[in-house]
Amino acid sequence: MRLEYFQLIDRITDLNLNDLTIRAEANVPQASTIFEGHFPGHPLMPGVLLIEAMAQTSGWLIVARNRFERMPFLATVKEAKLRTFVSPGQALVVSAKLAHEGSGFAIAEASIKAEGKPVCNAEITFRVMPFPNKDFRVSMEQVAARIELPLENAANG
Amino acid sequence: MPSTFDTVANIIAETCDIPRDTIQPESHAIDDLGIDSLDFLDIAFAIDKAFGIKLPLEQWTQEVNDGKATTEQYFVLKNLSARIDDLVAAKGA
Repeated sequence: MRLEYFQLIDRITDLNLNDLTIRAEANVPQASTIFEGHFPGHPLMPGVLLIEAMAQTSGWLIVARNRFERMPFLATVKEAKLRTFVSPGQALVVSAKLAHEGSGFAIAEASIKAEGKPVCNAEITFRVMPFPNKDFRVSMEQVAARIELPLENAANG
Repeated sequence: MPSTFDTVANIIAETCDIPRDTIQPESHAIDDLGIDSLDFLDIAFAIDKAFGIKLPLEQWTQEVNDGKATTEQYFVLKNLSARIDDLVAAKGA
């Protein structure tokens, strides 16, 4: 993770376009300016950033599903439950499953675990629309390469 | 078995916290009931699930934006219910 750059996931470890599932590694850094304020003397990973990590992971599943033709934008977060605290240095596994594909929107069920134990989960709705410009798409393809989105090797029937 | 309209009205009432008795077949989802596009995503999700269809929201929106259709054709609830019936029939054909 590079929290200051909103890079909430480090690597996609599994992508299955048959089951419409994805899994990612997300390692919380030992140090970040964010921890100076959240909280002074008691650093904790902000819950909103855990939700963002779930949204980013779900989003990559939708991008892969649409073969970079369409981009998901966060619209609704429902039933978000933050079950335990996350501290600097913890290794997280973020998972998501596409629960519904509508016309122009998609809904994912996402969760995070640490050391096999549930950290948080949510139902996340995205508006899904064509990339607003080519540069944006190219930038996203570069990010996908950095996080090793395994598009070519994904099970896709 | 409830009518298509009753199912849609119940979905809207539950999703948007609108009193059920204020939702009529002639109600316009946007103009009369004040449902915005984000709330309509929840409604579309529930309708998709309830009827096993995929409401073509993008196509409808495009047609309205292009002046080829009016919002009344899709978002007055009796018309929306008729569209749903058409989609269900097409699925079974």
